[in-house]
Amino acid sequence: MTYLAKPKLIRPDTPKNALGYTRRDYEGAISTLCAGCGHDSISAAIVQAAFDLDIEPHRVAKLSGIGCSSKTPDYFLGNSHGFNSVHGRMPSVLTGAALANRDLIYLGVSGDGDSASIGIGQFAHVMRRGVNMTYIVENNGVYGLTKGQFSATTDKGSKNKRGVVNTDNPIDLVGLALQLGASYVARSFSGDKEQLIPLIKGALCHRGPAFIDVISPCVTFNNHSGSTKSYDYVREHNEAVNRVEVILPRAPITAAYEPGSLRRVVQHDGSVLHLRKLAEDYDPTDRIGAMNHLHERHSLGEIVTGLLYVDSSAEDLHRHLNTVEKPLNKLGDAYLCPGSQALAALNDSLR
Amino acid sequence: MSKAIQSCNDFVIKFANVNGSGSASANDLFARSVIRMGVPVAPRNIFPSNIQGMPTWYEMRVSAAGWLGRRGGCDLMVAMNPQTWDKDVAEVDPGGYLVYDSTKELPRAKFRDDLTVLGMPLTEMCNRQYTDARQRQLFKNIMYVGALTALLNIDFAEVEKLIDEQYRGKDKLIAANIQALKLGWDYAKSHLPCPIGLRVERADMIGERIFIDGNSAAGLGAVYGGATVAAWYPITPSTSVVEAFTAYCRKYRTDPDNGRARYAIVQAEDELASIGMVIGAGWNGARAFTATSGPGISLMQEFFGLAYFAEIPAVIFDVQRGGPSTGMPTRTQQSDLLSCAYASHGDTKHVLIFPEDPYECFELGARAFDLAERLQTPVFVLLDLDIGMNDRLCRPFSWDDSHRYDRGKLMTEEALEAGRDFGRYLDVDGDGIPYRTIPGTHPTRGAYFTRGTTRNAYAKYSETGADYVYNMERLRRKFDTARSLVPAPILVAAKQPTAIGVIHYGSTSAAMNEASTLLEAQGIHADSLRVRGFPFADAVLDFVNEHEQVFVVEQNESAQLRTLLINEGEFNPKKLIRVLHYDGTPITARFISGKIAAALTERKIAPLRKQAAS
Ligand SMILES: Cc1ncc(C[n+]2csc(CCOP(=O)(O)OP(=O)(O)O)c2C)c(N)n1
Ligand code: SF4
Ligand SMILES: [Mg+2]
Repeated sequence: MTYLAKPKLIRPDTPKNALGYTRRDYEGAISTLCAGCGHDSISAAIVQAAFDLDIEPHRVAKLSGIGCSSKTPDYFLGNSHGFNSVHGRMPSVLTGAALANRDLIYLGVSGDGDSASIGIGQFAHVMRRGVNMTYIVENNGVYGLTKGQFSATTDKGSKNKRGVVNTDNPIDLVGLALQLGASYVARSFSGDKEQLIPLIKGALCHRGPAFIDVISPCVTFNNHSGSTKSYDYVREHNEAVNRVEVILPRAPITAAYEPGSLRRVVQHDGSVLHLRKLAEDYDPTDRIGAMNHLHERHSLGEIVTGLLYVDSSAEDLHRHLNTVEKPLNKLGDAYLCPGSQALAALNDSLR
Repeated sequence: MSKAIQSCNDFVIKFANVNGSGSASANDLFARSVIRMGVPVAPRNIFPSNIQGMPTWYEMRVSAAGWLGRRGGCDLMVAMNPQTWDKDVAEVDPGGYLVYDSTKELPRAKFRDDLTVLGMPLTEMCNRQYTDARQRQLFKNIMYVGALTALLNIDFAEVEKLIDEQYRGKDKLIAANIQALKLGWDYAKSHLPCPIGLRVERADMIGERIFIDGNSAAGLGAVYGGATVAAWYPITPSTSVVEAFTAYCRKYRTDPDNGRARYAIVQAEDELASIGMVIGAGWNGARAFTATSGPGISLMQEFFGLAYFAEIPAVIFDVQRGGPSTGMPTRTQQSDLLSCAYASHGDTKHVLIFPEDPYECFELGARAFDLAERLQTPVFVLLDLDIGMNDRLCRPFSWDDSHRYDRGKLMTEEALEAGRDFGRYLDVDGDGIPYRTIPGTHPTRGAYFTRGTTRNAYAKYSETGADYVYNMERLRRKFDTARSLVPAPILVAAKQPTAIGVIHYGSTSAAMNEASTLLEAQGIHADSLRVRGFPFADAVLDFVNEHEQVFVVEQNESAQLRTLLINEGEFNPKKLIRVLHYDGTPITARFISGKIAAALTERKIAPLRKQAAS
């Protein structure tokens, strides 16, 4: 498959964002995924989120592993540098990139095989290290690219296309991310862009590890009845705890809500998350409560979605390492090389 | 009884200790004392893969001639480990000396008649002097150093001075150490026949040289080379590379204004993550490295292929140890050449650098970062345990302040703005090296998608055969360009023209230089060439062509450099004769010269004069 260029015709009335960019400026190459694949909806949501947030495309670095899901960074943000790395190891590559330049926005895209099977080690460690990033898993409960094998997030009892039942226990990446210290944790559904776009926006504005598990049906290998990751199944079992709206620091607050039903969370960059409660008594700043709620609802067969946890005061990896404000990749020779005089003194101490 | 060995400034002394007993710093003090007497020493740690309670040895060669390779044999044993007593006593050369702790009486059968036995009641002396158990242990070591100072006729003031320098500002420690030293010295002076037949006489053989281990030098090289990101996973014998980098960064890279770090060091969860972070950082324009050993190299293979194919700079310090598998984790070998040179699946080839000593660990270690960015590829710096973890006398480090980091071919914002054509994998200059952009360079131009899958010259996904072939041929050209950029080999010509050549690399050089003189004394003249980089420079290939027999001296079992030479130079294998040492101990001059002499006799090759070269 070779690359197809998209036509560049823009109508004069095309909407532009504050930077003067159109949505098209945030698009990428034409997708080669199957028609109807949930992953393509997620790409569209990312495009919309970046457009809405007035992000300069070159301030984003998008990284992925291997899989249908990991191919998608080619299909959005075409003016951003992308890195399609190796299977299951995107988190380490992203960590290194983030160390090199703290100023860019890092967007990691992965699949359930990529993150929960081969890459579960790196997934866990990137969360516990507090890397400043948005990490999206496009979770279809199956290995799409290698044609339909069960993945580590396939639910126990879920059937594959040939009727074989999965007997292994599933890994819940949301549960793991919560336990390991991610400071923004959400779950969504590729078929619900009203929910997904604001969650992505909130994550992109968040400082620290932001994780979104997006259930994203694989129409070719895992959309049949008996699968717990099909469009129908997810629609029927989706239980959102809240609805999020992201208000940029500069935007006037217009929406009016019933008192008591709204919660405001101010993030590091001044952006405000408006959380409209759907589930009674759900507190998205209570990590333990979030974990309990998830377990409880999971046992009832529900798929809990929404912004499950946010800690807007968390520290990130650069803070832990106490690195200088200026990106390391921009420090010149004079800042890095101690020079010959220091070396002469060192030599003296070694005699 | 054999005559007691008499030797001035030329002997081997070995300390048999218990791991974790604090002997390391005492032994180091002793080595430095000899250096302060102006006499070269070459110490080597022989230690097990345990932290406490297991035997360790510190073998130190004193050599007025300046030979820094391992000699073999032992003239004086300081036997401080009852566990290894029998073996240690047996190891001493006939006529040698034995220093031991005589607190507990040992049966006569435990000694040898042909050794000069020098007992001192160290434990008793310490128990009398100190009440604290740890002090008793630590000062026992300093006491034997005091005794040796007297026995070998070392200037007491030099040792005192060293203690003074080491603990400057901590007066209590200085006084306590000097007291222990003096106790040992006094005892030897009044109870033992000082000096013995082995003596250290003041000389002037050190010059400007410094005394440091290769791993520290490599860590310092990374600081000078501009590395800002280090990701690693602990493994012997490489761990101290990053420890040194950390210490030197704290010292030289802490922002004076706000105390913040101009570097980032992450201890990763494994070697896969380490190299992944290095590649991520390199892709994003920071100089990054990892340090590891054989098992880590094995784990990193898939990523090496990615960095090779996606053309991302990275520096890997591989401090080699005995393989395969966990192998001999605390012994030295040069056995990762092939797994580095051809690392990863598919048609890959990598750039290797072979430093010989701490000086080159620093120098070539720093240069590796320029090379990695110039070539946009991983560069492997292959140390081994022998140079990595042992202090070695070497030339003082030097740095040219006018040197600017070579960041390689970068497309700048200005060039992009001016509309210059940018094909990430396009060979514009004919040297196979394309231009790259760093993420964030320009708002609308120069972004590209990096991948390990095939693509065309403009970084667009492509499975077209012609695109693939273009790329592979360009990579081959790039590798060819590397031949003239890696450190050039160093030739030491024999005193006479000769058809015999010897190729060696890395830590072998110390023993090799000495072996050349041993061979010369037997009338065998051989040119020697120290290879410092891969791909091989023309001078390496010419050297093989210009000699009839070429011995390839290596510290591995399968002759890995020889394999590389045959494969890359298309030489007749018969011409390249293996000289292989791989029992985990550092190679010796005696071994090399013995093997070469025997091979020449066997092949009935008189050390022929070289045919007149035309
Ligand atoms: C080391 C390695 N092993 C196996 C593969 C083959 N492989 C490619 S994608 C994939 C699974 C991807 O699954 P997932 O991450 O869920 O992505 P999806 O295609 O479902 O979006 C596998 C096993 C590989 N590329 N690399
Ligand atoms: S195989 Fe499944 S996951 Fe892959 S593109 Fe097709 S629908 Fe999407
Ligand atoms: Mg999947």
